[in-house]
Amino acid sequence: MSTPLRLKELSKKADLLTGGHRLCAGCGAPIAIRQVLLAAEVPLVASNATGCLEVSTTIYPYTAWKIPWIHTAFENAAATISGVEAMYKALKKKGRVDRKIKFIAFGGDGGTYDIGFQSLSGAMERRHDIVYICYDNGAYMNTGIQRSSATPLGANTTTCPAGSVIHGKQQPRKNLTKIMAAHNIPYAAQASPAHWRDLMTKVRKALDVDGPAFINILAPCNRGWRTPTHNAVELCRIAADTCFWPLYEYENGRLTINYKPKEKKPVTEFLKTQGRFKHLFSPDSQDLLKQAQENVDREWENLLREEACWREEAETKGEG
Amino acid sequence: MKLKGWKELEMGAVIPEAGNAAQYNTGSWRAFRPQWKEENCIQCLFCWIYCPDSSVTVSDGKRGDFDYEHCKGCGVCAHECPGKKGNKAIVMVEEGN
Repeated sequence: MSTPLRLKELSKKADLLTGGHRLCAGCGAPIAIRQVLLAAEVPLVASNATGCLEVSTTIYPYTAWKIPWIHTAFENAAATISGVEAMYKALKKKGRVDRKIKFIAFGGDGGTYDIGFQSLSGAMERRHDIVYICYDNGAYMNTGIQRSSATPLGANTTTCPAGSVIHGKQQPRKNLTKIMAAHNIPYAAQASPAHWRDLMTKVRKALDVDGPAFINILAPCNRGWRTPTHNAVELCRIAADTCFWPLYEYENGRLTINYKPKEKKPVTEFLKTQGRFKHLFSPDSQDLLKQAQENVDREWENLLREEACWREEAETKGEG
Repeated sequence: MKLKGWKELEMGAVIPEAGNAAQYNTGSWRAFRPQWKEENCIQCLFCWIYCPDSSVTVSDGKRGDFDYEHCKGCGVCAHECPGKKGNKAIVMVEEGN
């Protein structure tokens, strides 16, 4: 029987990511990864795309991982883990392995949304029994805060610096979770470490399905977001409350929204907490600010509408 | 840990000892130190689940003191601590004081 998702019970499990890794103080990524590893009830093998997490957890001759872990280049974490999973299946068929093992790939938004995108898409399409976890901090933080396709509209990065003419990134972010769901995989979800029980439930569902699963997890970066070190979890909470980072899941294509804020806060509540959006609050950036709100509203309303359609269909079929 | 010479390295630079980063001290990074005030602790374990550095020790479902060898002093635990009747069970104090 699996460990109940209560902190008291979970704390009795072994932490599979040790301290002593060299991610920045207050980084959101290890909070998310610890929760992912704690949720798992089966042995895991991981591959990790280049990024902060990969570099900082395994500075030679140290590793913070207590699971078999494979370093991969930026573009092929999903391809590597696909190969490992295929080998496992072959060995199982030959009777050389009988244990149940699950395969997981980690990548940041740069390694997932951009550079590792084609290998990820391929792995999903080939229906490997893997889970891909993206920790999304919204830029190439490891190499010095360059914009990625996950960088939100208006954010100041070193490759889209906010100045008097251009006010940060001019393009909205790509919606990768939906792109992954569009691969018609059995499970795709979006989560945040502030809602730890929701995140862990999603990890368990992703590991349980037979076939590929994808989870996109928000991971604040105090260096890139220009925030103090103590509020990574609070920022995740505000992101969900403003619907900047809605928490939802697609199970066999069917959408469920897992968290609906009682009162949807304006997106400025999220933006104003971070130095990367500071310039948006000057009088000549009002149109970008308005656009940011419109984008969030549109995405949220689309999610609500889509969920309502699914509910309606279930009701007509009498499933309730 | 004494660094290995190139002739002693494992093939493919494999690290055979899982989780040996625990031997590396990141506690020296701290500018602020979290202090646990047991009398205000309600054992919610939010500090433990939200710690980026696995530096809140818990045994048998009850929290113990901080692991100062690895705690980087980010302050996430103190910020998330609900405390008891408005009194935080974790406070940040400047190192060296």
